[in-house]
Amino acid sequence: MAEAATLSETDTAERPGNTILRRLRTGDEAAHLLTLIFAVVILVIAGLLVLELFRNSGEARHKFGWEFFLTSKWDPVAGQFGALPFIYGTLITSAVALLLSVPLGLGAAIFLSELAPPRVSDALTFIIELLAAVPSVIYGLLAVFALVPLLRDPIQPLLNRTLGFLPIFQGPSYGVGFLAAGIILAIMVVPFIISISRESLLAVPNDQREAALALGATRWESTWHVVVPYARLGIIGSIFLALARALGETMAVTMVIGNTPQIAASLFAPGYTIPAVIANEFTEATADIHLSALVELGLVLFLLTMVINAFARLMVLATTRRGTTNP
Amino acid sequence: MTRHRWRKFVSGLMFGVTAACAAAAVCLLFWILGFLVWNGGRALNFDFFTQLPKPPGELGGGMANAIVGSAQIILIAALIGIPIGFLGGIYLAEFGSGAFPFFVRYTADLLNGVPSIVMGIFAYTVVVRPLHQFSALAGGVALSVILIPTTIRTTEHFLRAVPQMLREGALALGASKWKSIATVVVPAAVRGVATGMILGIARIAGESAPLLFTSFGNQYWSTSLGQPTASLPVMIFTYAISPYADWHRQAWAAGLVLLAVMLLLNVGARVVLPPGTSHRT
Repeated sequence: MAEAATLSETDTAERPGNTILRRLRTGDEAAHLLTLIFAVVILVIAGLLVLELFRNSGEARHKFGWEFFLTSKWDPVAGQFGALPFIYGTLITSAVALLLSVPLGLGAAIFLSELAPPRVSDALTFIIELLAAVPSVIYGLLAVFALVPLLRDPIQPLLNRTLGFLPIFQGPSYGVGFLAAGIILAIMVVPFIISISRESLLAVPNDQREAALALGATRWESTWHVVVPYARLGIIGSIFLALARALGETMAVTMVIGNTPQIAASLFAPGYTIPAVIANEFTEATADIHLSALVELGLVLFLLTMVINAFARLMVLATTRRGTTNP
Repeated sequence: MTRHRWRKFVSGLMFGVTAACAAAAVCLLFWILGFLVWNGGRALNFDFFTQLPKPPGELGGGMANAIVGSAQIILIAALIGIPIGFLGGIYLAEFGSGAFPFFVRYTADLLNGVPSIVMGIFAYTVVVRPLHQFSALAGGVALSVILIPTTIRTTEHFLRAVPQMLREGALALGASKWKSIATVVVPAAVRGVATGMILGIARIAGESAPLLFTSFGNQYWSTSLGQPTASLPVMIFTYAISPYADWHRQAWAAGLVLLAVMLLLNVGARVVLPPGTSHRT
């Protein structure tokens, strides 16, 4: 009797149409489907994000074309929009940030992975990771009231006196400008470089270290010539992740960049970045073309960080098999 | 000096330099803390938590509306973002193998790296524009879009850390797959998952860029979720770049409160975390 019932059930189940309904009733398929829907939501969000950025920047893209990236006149009143000063400012501040943070970050990561005892290393890493949790507006606050006055006097005049023959250290010292933004960005991205580089260094097999030491290398030689090259993909990945952060960082930069759309050789000069102009002008943009130009800047930023991140995560994935860390 | 001793010397010197780098990075946090406690502590008073902002030029006032506003916006973001991230994470950990889940995972990681201001533009185009109004709701949507990718990945990470034996044990006792997930796997991972959620909330609580043109700001109480709403991070920004000394004082006070909340959430999240596990995905 019971056997007959099972048989007939299988029969109906095999008929198409009934299959899904019946399988849903067992619960497993329902749970699968439900969670799948929520996983798909993330794809929908990503798709919508790209779509909205493209749609809302259409006007500016059609009107200015590639000229948008090659001209430097940004005049909302006249309806003229050229993004070159913003692109320049974004690249320069990020470059300064990396120049300062990469040596510091790599040095700290080497200390934490190679020299410090595991307990000390973990405790210090925890403190450094807390730095990554400090909101960017607080970095901005510190930059405005602590860093900028320091730069205005004595740091920038000092740089001017000693290294003033370089064009990047010339001109009047306002405090705000590319250098201030670059320094605060360096402070903000250094925790990412440290924590991801440290992971990559820790993932290097001990055999490598021992082999180098056995060949007569000093501890530093084994670290610098063997361990660091072994972990290089992860380290480069961490630098690219930091770069993506620096390019998109908004608040702290907006507060100290000086908000002047110009291309200046001097790091002391005030400038402007892509995220800063979006933050400052988005709510004030009354003309459609102005808003459209700002959204196009957002699109540029999105595509740029997307490409860099995709690249960086593949690299980190290749060394630590993780691909991402928590913010 | 012999070549050998020279090499020893270089080795010691370079490690000294790396130690200095680590010390500098660690000192940064204490410098930030010290600076905020010093400046914010002097500025913080009871009024800060209970009073509305005063117009420029008048001394005193507080940021009560911004504190409540921030809480509202974060609550909206959590209500949208946590369920989506949690269930999506269950999919990736329990049902996910093959090309499609890899694609979802990679998309989540990439979304995680999108600058938060771009998420603000997104929320502006999908919420503010259709409703013709800045609102707490729009701010919540902007932050939820930031919260979802982190939640999905941390949930997946901690569910994957649950030993396979527990799943097999549940299945061997006759539980269906979803029953084993709901009654065995998720409870086993609950502390880790909670840690991930707290860290996610901590991250969005400090965001200001995406709120600038979604929830905007408000000098008064906002009476509904459909109105422009003040938030603490945006207030810090506005007050810090203003020319008024008293507003600077308040910005420091707000900065201290925000930082204290962040640190509490971050340290709290690690206390919740079971010992011996990593919070990273």
